[in-house]
Amino acid sequence: MNFWNDPLKTAADWLMGVFTGWGMNEVAAQVLIAFLGVLLLITLLMVLDIFLVWIERKVVARFQDRLGPNRVGPFGLIQPFADIVKLLIKEDFTPGGADKVVYNIAPMLSMMSVLILWAIVPLAPVILSVDLNVGLLYLIAAGAIGTLSIIMAGWASNNKFALIGAFRQVAVMVSFEVPMLATLLIPTILSGSMGLNGIVQAQNTWFVFIAPLAALIFLIAAIAELGRAPFDLSEGESELVSGYNIEYAGMKFGMFYAGELLHAFTFGGFWAILFFGGYRFFGLEQVSPFLAVAVMVFKAMIGYWIIMWIKYTMMRIRIDHMLAFNWKFLTPVAFVLLMVVALANALLAGTPTWLYVSGMFLSNVLVAWAAMEVARTVSRREREKVEGPKAVAEAHH
Amino acid sequence: MTAEQIVFLIVALVTLGSAFMVVTTRNLIHAALWLVATLFGVAVVYALLNAGFLAVVQVVVYIGAIAILFIFAVMLTRKDARDSGPQTHKNWWVGALLAVASYLGLSALVLGWSGSSKAAAGLPSGFDAVGQLGEALTSPNAYVLPFEVASVLLLAALVGAVYVAFNRK
Amino acid sequence: MVPLSWYLILSAGLFSIGLFGVLTRRNAVAILLGVELMLNSVNVNLAAFWRYGDVTQMAGQVFAIIVFAVAAAEVAVGLALVISVYRKRNTVIADDIDLMKW
Repeated sequence: MNFWNDPLKTAADWLMGVFTGWGMNEVAAQVLIAFLGVLLLITLLMVLDIFLVWIERKVVARFQDRLGPNRVGPFGLIQPFADIVKLLIKEDFTPGGADKVVYNIAPMLSMMSVLILWAIVPLAPVILSVDLNVGLLYLIAAGAIGTLSIIMAGWASNNKFALIGAFRQVAVMVSFEVPMLATLLIPTILSGSMGLNGIVQAQNTWFVFIAPLAALIFLIAAIAELGRAPFDLSEGESELVSGYNIEYAGMKFGMFYAGELLHAFTFGGFWAILFFGGYRFFGLEQVSPFLAVAVMVFKAMIGYWIIMWIKYTMMRIRIDHMLAFNWKFLTPVAFVLLMVVALANALLAGTPTWLYVSGMFLSNVLVAWAAMEVARTVSRREREKVEGPKAVAEAHH
Repeated sequence: MTAEQIVFLIVALVTLGSAFMVVTTRNLIHAALWLVATLFGVAVVYALLNAGFLAVVQVVVYIGAIAILFIFAVMLTRKDARDSGPQTHKNWWVGALLAVASYLGLSALVLGWSGSSKAAAGLPSGFDAVGQLGEALTSPNAYVLPFEVASVLLLAALVGAVYVAFNRK
Repeated sequence: MVPLSWYLILSAGLFSIGLFGVLTRRNAVAILLGVELMLNSVNVNLAAFWRYGDVTQMAGQVFAIIVFAVAAAEVAVGLALVISVYRKRNTVIADDIDLMKW
């Protein structure tokens, strides 16, 4: 048991020896060590967050055929630090008529709802904060706190754009939680565990090959939860100026912005953990925990890049379309998929791996095809009601 | 006094304090936010009781759904942004008296009961509370029937709420 | 170790505060807030008795979950009723909703 095989435990043991050597109570030393661990994790995340700003700006620049920040430092790497200094030296104000306490708590809660997610992320088999046995529900619970922070921000700002934006965003988050919860149950069924480490350990075949449709629905629900395009109508610039955070400036706005970026990266990470094997990559995680962390961060970055790719290519969807899409299409599909996966998993249990994987894959494809057929028939009927049967028939030929 | 007792006392004080704010604050949005604080305190109490599943479900259901619903309802049922008029009716002291009497009565009952001072036994090693709970909820010789009745109740509430609140033209 | 009575007294306090809210508040939404506090105090009791009794008997947690479901249903229907009444009579003060009193 040395540092390179189990860094967290070695470091904790060493610190424990040091602290008790100073004559400290054992319980107090444990609390202090846990606190130092949390501090270390949050510090690393905030430093990462600073670079996420740079990554986001560089990537969006490439999508829009620009260069992005390239003046301050090599490749513009120092740019986010300049931005932070700018945000910090701006006037820190609370608008008149705002509810002071609630207005100031909201950005903190927003950041907190993202940071607490990292308590359950397994970065490597031995590098994780807690292996909570209700990890997936914890993910939803943290989302609930995020929802609360948005409605607090929208209400306390005393601004009608902020309130409308908050209403929209909360409606979206509450409704897209339903398909997300249903798809979160699919890795649970496949792995027999709700803890994230158990789910990663069970992925000898990545779950994306076993349940591709579930991975897709989770990604859609996650993007809606993040409030990013095409679901960013809570801050639609053309109609709501900037939505729930309109009255925020300086570092308070910075908290919302940094929280959103870190949230996107985090959901990229969760997508990788749930469907792409987490820290596992052809046995690389066995070699060294540090390699496993590198694999995990790499996969999370790819997930984050896909979320950015969708954001900067899709256009905004209208709110009623979006809620109808969720309640009339995504939620039923997610529930049907959950039942089909549970059934197929029970039927195919004990069969050889190739048969199991192909059977599960085909059942997913079947559900997706049936859902698309039903949606096509229904929408065709709707259009016939509006435009008359002839026009629709002509448009199809 | 052990560390666990100190943690419990802090959590209990925060929970009761914010519960008191829920019933006395004039601004109803603030009352709903204090309710969130209370519910969070109760979630921590569940965690102290080793009921992790209940703690997480408490946050998901109460804070994620019920508290948000309350905030929406308060916003939808106000003529203006102010809370005018008294928030309690004139016989409020009867309610206060009854509440104090019920608290004293319940406390006397608890303290008079011989089993109330016992400490919890340690959890059996390898005890999987979530797994046990899942089996209890779905096994036919345990609680599958109440569980199904609860799901029917939720469906009925869903339909009923939509029917009642639907704005007929 | 925290004795069982502490949890029970916490729950009694929560229940009494909720009762006070239900009995004295005029706003119907605030009355429902009080009901939530009372339901939560019951859940604390159930979880505490589960932990201090036989932990392999899941009855306490199961009933707590059913209380969650009932609370969610109660809030959904209750708030729908409040909003419906507000639309028709333009008030949420419980004293003013007295059409059935005569």
